Amino acid sequence: MYEGIVQDLIDELGRLPGVGPKSAQRIAFHLLAADPADVKRLADVLVEVKQKVRFCQTCGNVAEDDQCRICRDPGRDPTVLCVVEESKDVVAVERTREFRGRYHVLGGAISPIEGIGPDDLRIRELMQRLADGTVTEAILATDPNLEGEATATYLTRLLKPMGLRITRLASGLPVGGDLEYADEVTLGRAFEGRRAVDD
Amino acid sequence: MGLYRDEGVVLRTQKLGEADRIVSLLTRRHGRIRAVAKGVRRTSSRFGSRLEPFMHVDAQLAEGRSLDVVAQVETVTPYGQPVCANYGLYTAGTVMLETTERLVAEEHEPALQQFLLLVGGLRALSQQEHAPGLTLDSFLLRSLAIAGYAPSFSDCAHCGAEGPHRAFSPAAGGLLCADCRVPGTARPAPETIELLAALLAGDWEVADASEPRIRRETCGLVSAYVRWHLERDLRSLVYVDRTPEPNGTVRG
Ligand SMILES: [Zn+2]
Ligand SMILES: [Zn+2]
Repeated sequence: MYEGIVQDLIDELGRLPGVGPKSAQRIAFHLLAADPADVKRLADVLVEVKQKVRFCQTCGNVAEDDQCRICRDPGRDPTVLCVVEESKDVVAVERTREFRGRYHVLGGAISPIEGIGPDDLRIRELMQRLADGTVTEAILATDPNLEGEATATYLTRLLKPMGLRITRLASGLPVGGDLEYADEVTLGRAFEGRRAVDD
Repeated sequence: MGLYRDEGVVLRTQKLGEADRIVSLLTRRHGRIRAVAKGVRRTSSRFGSRLEPFMHVDAQLAEGRSLDVVAQVETVTPYGQPVCANYGLYTAGTVMLETTERLVAEEHEPALQQFLLLVGGLRALSQQEHAPGLTLDSFLLRSLAIAGYAPSFSDCAHCGAEGPHRAFSPAAGGLLCADCRVPGTARPAPETIELLAALLAGDWEVADASEPRIRRETCGLVSAYVRWHLERDLRSLVYVDRTPEPNGTVRG
């Protein structure tokens, strides 16, 4: 244990995802040794990001306005909707340059063991978006791992009666991983080769 | 640091750092263990989907200071695939995993009976041998029984007086006779008590023939029993989905 504020810093850093106690300590001492101007820039951007960045009211992606850049772009196809777990998956799909439709960000995957059920994700918002019939195809691009698959299974059951085309990314995508780690070529091919969900 | 090999079922995974996961496994001989699977979240990982929840695997592990490290892994049975393709199975199966993790509290303590029960439960669930709700409720009662919380569905749980009795109390550990019964104790239908006993004993002929109404009451009592005997609530229990599948099979 360290004194007062140093320990507070270690504790705060330790709350970040993927940062264990040892890493928290390493980062804290890195910051203590760093140039004050560098640390101030980091502190400013942390405060600023919380003030400025919000979530798009339409799709749930990160945005600096009520709506994100993609939802505001009239050149994007409003009839195809790509459903992803997180904003970082939007970035991954955008990198492929294969997709010209719009997105819906769920905010995670259904994981009962973590206490995350359908009501904790932006599924109700998805249903509302689909209600007017503009969207004719929903691409379920949840992570190619167990929770992502189970979430897609749930969404398929829910959306099927609405009569739109439901597709999944092609099986060329290696299973077990996170979507964000798929390289552009593989993810692009998975988009091109997407298949309708049959039952 | 030694290498060891064992088969196990993946109970839970947690993200670690950039691309790793901590995998919690219930193994046949080494009990519950937690091990790091390096690089598993990269889509190029050689582990593929083998370290996902529900997977029954044969793994080689390297002992580490705090956590072991997965060196190699082969699939024994890929229960994850049928389970995640059916939302009802996914939610029921998740309760099995969480219950197992909770009841096998100590790491590295062999828990062979729980392991065998879990493998049997996942097989029955993924092959839909019975209604998934029944498979789950039977699993919960048996898993608690192995852990030392066997409910009594015949004799009075308090004084041992011979049954049949009508009152059911999770706190008392099962049925209570007319003398031991306290006001406010549930009085389930006799068929419900019969179903509870059948699920605990594995009498599937009786269980499979039960009516939806009886299954619903049974499920409520099993949940109450689980809640009482596990100190904290199971997170996954409230998410169990009993919606009938489109093909007409009714879950109970
Ligand atoms: Zn948007
Ligand atoms: Zn009694």
